[in-house]
Amino acid sequence: MAYVQREAILIKKEKLNSTVFRFTLKEDVISEIATAGQFVNIKCGEKVLRRPISICQIDKKHNCIVIVFEVRGEGTQWLSQCNQHDKIDIMGPLGNGFNTEKQGKALLIGGGIGVPPLLSVAESMECDCDAILGFKDIETTILVEEFSSKCKDVVVMTQDGTYGEKGLVTDALVKKLETNDYSVICSCGPTPMLEAVSQIAQKIGIECYVSLEERMGCGVGACLVCACKTKSKDGEKYSHVCKDGPVFNAKEVVW
Amino acid sequence: MANMGLFIADVFFKNPVITASGTFGFGREYNELYPIGKLGGVSCKGTTLLERMGNPPPRIVETPSGILNSVGLQNPGIEHFIKEDLGWLKSQGTVAIANVAGSTLEDYCKVAEILSDTDVDMIELNISCPNVKEGGVSFGTSASSVENITEQVKMRSSKPVMIKLTPNVTDIAEIAKAAESGGADAISLINTLTGMRIDINTRRPILKNNTGGLSGRAVFPVAVRMVWQVAQAVSIPVVGMGGIATWQDAVEMMLAGACAIQVGTANFTDAYTPIKIIDGLEKYLDDNGIKDIKEIVGKAEMW
Repeated sequence: MAYVQREAILIKKEKLNSTVFRFTLKEDVISEIATAGQFVNIKCGEKVLRRPISICQIDKKHNCIVIVFEVRGEGTQWLSQCNQHDKIDIMGPLGNGFNTEKQGKALLIGGGIGVPPLLSVAESMECDCDAILGFKDIETTILVEEFSSKCKDVVVMTQDGTYGEKGLVTDALVKKLETNDYSVICSCGPTPMLEAVSQIAQKIGIECYVSLEERMGCGVGACLVCACKTKSKDGEKYSHVCKDGPVFNAKEVVW
Repeated sequence: MANMGLFIADVFFKNPVITASGTFGFGREYNELYPIGKLGGVSCKGTTLLERMGNPPPRIVETPSGILNSVGLQNPGIEHFIKEDLGWLKSQGTVAIANVAGSTLEDYCKVAEILSDTDVDMIELNISCPNVKEGGVSFGTSASSVENITEQVKMRSSKPVMIKLTPNVTDIAEIAKAAESGGADAISLINTLTGMRIDINTRRPILKNNTGGLSGRAVFPVAVRMVWQVAQAVSIPVVGMGGIATWQDAVEMMLAGACAIQVGTANFTDAYTPIKIIDGLEKYLDDNGIKDIKEIVGKAEMW
């Protein structure tokens, strides 16, 4: 688990909607060793705990990573007020990402602010990808163009039907499965969505990997606070999102 | 350059900076960032006789200048610690302190006995964990119970025993004296202060355990006061912790009477905190013409 704690430089700041920001951060080591689905832990002003934010894109050529985050509390509020050329104290890359080796055809399913990390998967997957992206409404819809340029087919679902089709990502998933053979599903989003996706995947026997979220402390596996229940042949136990995850095989997760 | 080394119960520490139990695992994760051999010591994650699952999540919430946690002593058990972690930690060239917890008196004694036959340098007896239903802090809140458990563990273990005290008591000096008369080789304090936060929308506590232990800079003044009181009350070494995040905090804690300090929550904010404190202490001593770190211990002058 090689990682560093260093100052990255904010070289580009974009506002994707009223609460979601995209930062392009220049940091040599993190961009060099990061893989799709990993995250960084960011120091936000005077906050005690760093804020874990998943990596959206890895640009090894320009020594950059891209993060997309939603302003949810004081920490992310502070972060959103950083400006171009500011130095930001980040730790990473952390955790285990998605397996992106060639494996038939992959389906990426993202919900809300769980969509961004799947873009790094789409960019590094060695096989064709389709994507289903779910949002609340047109206002919260992000990254559709980026996914469209990397994936064979992109379906966008909104809960109110103001963009793409009306409905949930699972509605689109059931339809997709009628006409496609996928070898793997990679998913990130709210827990109820991940559970629903996992159940469908399990029913039809497709490998499914989910990126989980939990309130985090150290981010490196030392403090054991970000517990999530998993099962193996030895029974159930608490694994940790930061070090054992954030990506887990869905069949190991106890929902 | 000033001397930073010191002895606690015949164990030599190259400097007075120790990482606090529960915030640093067994040292492996942070050894990725800097050689942990630079540290005075590492107090390992609280370890029990058998593996413990810990409490359901959420186990952490940030509070003003602090955090509340309710991990509940998740650990792989003492045998696993000895087999998988202790040898590695010892080979890094720092003092290895086993933090021992349990549900019953016999649990504590048994673990202490098992550790007697290992290379561990010191035992830190955790009678102050607020997040478990049985044992933990319940052993640490009455003087008679503290004296008894200290005596029993000392009888069963050949290792130096440091008693880690809870601040959740009426008279910390009385508890410290009880540990001393039970035969403790040293005292460390403070563990976390029991606290609680409630989500005003769901009307549920944020922690699944309802309550948790408060740590971080918010508790520092309480810790300084308690370390000062304890240092006045006993003649065994006192190791101070609770919200230390800078070298200035470390100096303050030592002036209050701590011969060494532990760094916990600050590791999460800046993983290099312990190293920065070591460097800062060295510079402070040199800048002030102080030859030996021991010269500042307990040197605060009261009004």
